[in-house]
Amino acid sequence: MRHRPRGENIIRFDSVGLRYGLGPEVLQDISFALPSGSFHFLTGPSGAGKSSLLRLMYLGLRPTRGRVVLFDRDIASTKRYELPALRRRIGVVFQDFRLLDHLTALDNVALPLRVRGVKESEIRKHVPELLSWVGLADQLGARPSTLSGGQKQRVAIARAVIGRPDLLLADEPTGNVDDHIAMRLMYLFEELNKLGTTIVVATHNELLVQRFAHLPRLHLEHGTITRVRDQGPPPEPAP
Amino acid sequence: MMFRRHSDLPLAGDATSRFLPWLVALMVFLASMAVAGAFVISGIIDRWDHDVSGTLTVQVLPAGGDQAEAATEDRVRLAVDVMRKVPGVVAVKAFDKKRTLALLEPWLGGTEVVQDLPLPRLIDVAVDPTARVDLAEVAERLAQAVPGASLDDHRVWLSRLINLSRTLQWLAVMVVALIGAVTAATVVYGTRTGMAVHHGIVEVLHLIGAHDDYIARQFADRAFALGISGGLMGLCMTLPALTAIGWASKRLEGGFLPSLSLPIMGYVTIGLLPLLAGGLAMLTARLTVHGTLSRMP
Repeated sequence: MRHRPRGENIIRFDSVGLRYGLGPEVLQDISFALPSGSFHFLTGPSGAGKSSLLRLMYLGLRPTRGRVVLFDRDIASTKRYELPALRRRIGVVFQDFRLLDHLTALDNVALPLRVRGVKESEIRKHVPELLSWVGLADQLGARPSTLSGGQKQRVAIARAVIGRPDLLLADEPTGNVDDHIAMRLMYLFEELNKLGTTIVVATHNELLVQRFAHLPRLHLEHGTITRVRDQGPPPEPAP
Repeated sequence: MMFRRHSDLPLAGDATSRFLPWLVALMVFLASMAVAGAFVISGIIDRWDHDVSGTLTVQVLPAGGDQAEAATEDRVRLAVDVMRKVPGVVAVKAFDKKRTLALLEPWLGGTEVVQDLPLPRLIDVAVDPTARVDLAEVAERLAQAVPGASLDDHRVWLSRLINLSRTLQWLAVMVVALIGAVTAATVVYGTRTGMAVHHGIVEVLHLIGAHDDYIARQFADRAFALGISGGLMGLCMTLPALTAIGWASKRLEGGFLPSLSLPIMGYVTIGLLPLLAGGLAMLTARLTVHGTLSRMP
């Protein structure tokens, strides 16, 4: 992980617009910058464009207009073969987990390391360790179809963080788990944030946002950022 | 073990894995037949070319009258003398009547009726291949000196035969190319289908930072394995067929057909076809995946 000095922008959007095909713009004039080491909520009602905005951030889409700068690289002028290196600096927790059903929990988590060509000995060392850390030490060989929603979510999170990303994007990471696990996941994200990872958590769970009211938030409505709230008071200590 | 090396893409269960080997097997079988045909034709052309290059044939019509036999012999002797004096001629050999009858025996049989026929006599003339012989002038001189004698240099009929053979040879090459194109098109279709079926997995790999070649290699490796296995199946079908054709051709008597034996290079080329099929499948799959992924952001 190549953490940058806190405060430098890790990602910046300038007047970004996005439309699918010939349809209407789902995102309009999006402009914001996320400092390195920051932790933001991305909020907004369903259909506001949170997932589309996240997809732009993890380079799953190209904007139809505007400028996206990620890790100081203007994405529009970045060569296609250079993009995998940028993607490897981003961890993504997908809303629907997107685990590979034919692979075990361990192989799913190992995937980002394997695409980087990390040695199997390293994988054998680090992956079980991380799965133990998220409470899945006894599920290393389990396939996703046999795991509960919460367990799948933890596997997805482990996969997103195994490469120690500079930027972690999580799309509704607490959507399928009970409150207790949701809080544990949030504290896990906070721990990662303390280690230097910039984090964006998309959610429409207002209760969760209120519990972490000290975190700034990007609020999306009708495809436009309507509010960028500053950092609030520090959180209550973890239970 | 938990750490068994899995493929990231579950390609083994795809429909392509079931139909591609059989299709490649059929294609390799057909390509083998075309390759065998091309080699056999090439061998035949070489043999014909070698057999008749540097040779001329003088045909002497039989004389009529009471002393026909003696007069014909005189004509043959005269023709032999004329040909021996031609610069560049290295050997002249007249076929006697017995030999001529032996040449005709496979077609006309050996009955007494045939022996009584007024058969033309043949003179085989060997020419130094490097010598430039004015055949028109020789033919004219021969016709003036020997009544009923004519010169045949084989070139006209041979060139037509060789042209036909070369056309067939090119046809065989085109058949092989066409088979390769059909195989490649099938691999393209199978690979695209596989990418569509596993689009979700391909997208996850893409988004976690896999290079295009990392994904393409998995499809290519699978296509290579399927191509090789199909190719070997095709080879297993080919060898008995070639053996049967060779055996059947040997049973033909009388030299109506030239030998259909396949040279060693023919067997080597056919033996390499499964590898070529695997390589073609691998390359096609790889290029197809790269082409499809290039449309992803």
